[in-house]
Amino acid sequence: MPRIAPGIATMAFLLLPAAAGAQENARGKAVYDRWCAGCHGIEGEGDGPAEAYMLPRPRDFTMGLYEIRSTPSGQLPTDADILEVIDEGMPGTAMPGWKDHLSGSDRKALVEVVKSFSRFFEQEGAPEPVEVGSPPEATEEALAEGREFYQKIECWKCHGQAGRGDGPSAPTLEDDRDLPVRAADLTENWLFNGGGSTEAIFARLLTGMNGTPMPSFADLIEADFMTREQLWNVALYVRSLAPEEPPSVRDVIRAGLVEGDLPAAVDDEAWEEVERQYVPLVGQVIVPPRWFAPRVDGVWVQALHDREELVLRLVWHDPSESPDPDWAGWAARVRATMAPDGAEAGSVEGAGAADTAAMEGAEPETGEAVGEGRLAPEATAGAPDRLVVQFPTELPEGMERPYFLMGEEDDPVYLWRWRSDGDASEAIGRGFMNMEPLEGSGDALAAEATFEEGEWRLMIRRSLDAGGVEERLGFVSGRPIPMALFAWDGDNGEAGTRAAIGTWYFLHLDEPSGGGVIVIPLIATLLTAALGVAVVVRAQRREEEREES
Amino acid sequence: MRELLRRVGGMALVSGVAVALACGGAEEPGEAPEEEVAEEAGPVVPPDSAATITGVVNFEGTAPEPEPIDMSEEPTCAEQYEGQPRKHPVVAVDGKLARVYVHVKEGLGDRTFPTPSEPVTLDQQGCRYRPHVLAIQVGQPLEIVNSDGILHNINTQPQVNRGFNISQPVEMTTTRDFTDPEVMIPVKCDVHGWMEAYIGVQDHPYAAVSDSSGAFTLENLPPGDYVLEAWHERYGVQTASVSVEAGGSAQADFSYSADMAGAEVPLGEPIDLHDHGSETASRAAVSR
Repeated sequence: MPRIAPGIATMAFLLLPAAAGAQENARGKAVYDRWCAGCHGIEGEGDGPAEAYMLPRPRDFTMGLYEIRSTPSGQLPTDADILEVIDEGMPGTAMPGWKDHLSGSDRKALVEVVKSFSRFFEQEGAPEPVEVGSPPEATEEALAEGREFYQKIECWKCHGQAGRGDGPSAPTLEDDRDLPVRAADLTENWLFNGGGSTEAIFARLLTGMNGTPMPSFADLIEADFMTREQLWNVALYVRSLAPEEPPSVRDVIRAGLVEGDLPAAVDDEAWEEVERQYVPLVGQVIVPPRWFAPRVDGVWVQALHDREELVLRLVWHDPSESPDPDWAGWAARVRATMAPDGAEAGSVEGAGAADTAAMEGAEPETGEAVGEGRLAPEATAGAPDRLVVQFPTELPEGMERPYFLMGEEDDPVYLWRWRSDGDASEAIGRGFMNMEPLEGSGDALAAEATFEEGEWRLMIRRSLDAGGVEERLGFVSGRPIPMALFAWDGDNGEAGTRAAIGTWYFLHLDEPSGGGVIVIPLIATLLTAALGVAVVVRAQRREEEREES
Repeated sequence: MRELLRRVGGMALVSGVAVALACGGAEEPGEAPEEEVAEEAGPVVPPDSAATITGVVNFEGTAPEPEPIDMSEEPTCAEQYEGQPRKHPVVAVDGKLARVYVHVKEGLGDRTFPTPSEPVTLDQQGCRYRPHVLAIQVGQPLEIVNSDGILHNINTQPQVNRGFNISQPVEMTTTRDFTDPEVMIPVKCDVHGWMEAYIGVQDHPYAAVSDSSGAFTLENLPPGDYVLEAWHERYGVQTASVSVEAGGSAQADFSYSADMAGAEVPLGEPIDLHDHGSETASRAAVSR
């Protein structure tokens, strides 16, 4: 002890000026441990307990690599850069914004904590931010030039010609942890890490995104290959690929009444006039094996009817027409990355086939294995893309609807199942892995699908009348019709319960008179709020029951 | 690329370190002219006392065929090859190992060396890096050349330096440098996943890459006792001790074999990323 004491005294002396800071840091560390360590790890190594359930993985702070910066490529971020990410989150990832959850002083303290995990901040600190400025006007000429340079600087190599993250290099991209990383879908700017404004896009172009394949393009200005304004025009063009406002999610999907013919084809010009609604999807994380890396973010829905038939047009982004050999490696890598919920050692060969078989309504060959959620990463190679539209088997009188995850044994759902290597067919779901073709279905569904530049467009139509077939829903106008969507990207390693799912929405078929059109959706909206709560509560209860059993 | 892994081999694998004493030097070996070195100009080592270490990297066994590259997406590059384009072959002819980075790891003491202004070139040609392994000094300009005229991005992934990830969509040259010694810095092109290169950075000029006959030369050394380290991306790291007298030359050979292929190859220095004593090596070993 006597030997140590002088050392402590010296340290205390050295640390005195920093004492106030240290106190703040202790507070910051407590906040960090409570709110951040679950993902980012106690030591900031990006290895918290939740790590394995995320793609991309939580940031490892030790290398001082930050995507969102105002500093040149490879350099450290400023304090303001780090604070911005803490405040706003990373919309394309599991990282939420903390602005509304933590106090300003706590968030500032977190900046120091996060920096303390990397020796780089002690050594050098951040350089001066680069100047961003404000965008030029988005004139037609500016956008045209932006488009031209989108080609010239080959943004499309990763992001695709239409910007949907489907470029030829997209399937091989890796982040700094050698894990698969997506090229951003530039048409979904509300999911951009660092924000979807033109300024934010320009900043990303200028500084790159450390730890990802996204490089800096600043050298092109220095090398006189392009001007700063031309790079701004690229940012304007990229911004123009996304809607002006992020899609607002409404509970009611309106099927307008058409006097005359319904659109005959999926790319019929008539669809351009029909309003579309966005239905966001999330990973299926309730029924094992769960899925934390869904590819399909959402589906744009359009609907029409002519008193005889209902037709839906469903449009979603998916970088490949599965199975695409170029993406086979991607599927394997994603499955391997998400291994902890399924594909770990002891995986059952062929379980993927069982998975698929169950989707087709056959008995799983290795039912137990599927139930336990063990799937070999390679097992789904060659899986198609799929989409399911879910309805109840009959319109509910009250508040209750079937369980939103493909129904239950005693409370089934009526399904339209479409697959990219086949057609659309009717089925009855009694739970996620328990689906059977609808008896007496015949050729009730007419489907047409097109894949182009990272986008699926699917049209499905059916007569409103159930035709006397048991468990087939009859569609009636003027009443809210519960509807939900599910999507699978085979080339993302998705099949069976590894799906992107949505909750119940309401399809509303317009009635001939105008009166109900406004009022009924309103009522439906109110109903939905109550029903939404009921669904969540019910799902939680089920989950608890499952855990107990 | 974060295989910052435990060291392989250590001294044990060194074979045939011969110390040849050629022409007895007239200079006093102990007197390194440190004050002079600090000056910008002037020779680091007086010409008449400058020593040379040469060596050969031997290889036993059969190395794998270089992997084929699917360049069908890049006709500009593919047409530069007769037949199937492949990655850089591991082995040169006659049981010698090429593209081994050899550098003086210990023995230079506190000497400092001027920063060369002569650039080192990393070319992107036929969708491969040329060279595949290169040696550079801290602060020395690295000229990154795109001879292909199609999009490449140059994504460096250091552990010690701050890296960079820059875009070159046309024929152009970009210059960068590194601030700290590091063995090695991986370089990749995300557009073409097969492209890889390794850069070794030293704060002295005594580093070389073995040529197609496995040979390397370190020139203009001050006399002294040195530890050399050899680094190969597939077969790992070896060290060798060698002494050289003023104006003399010495031989230091390394021997690798095919069964070292599973070696864990360190990248970057085995540093503590937190600077507060956690188990960096074990953490990094998890990554692949």
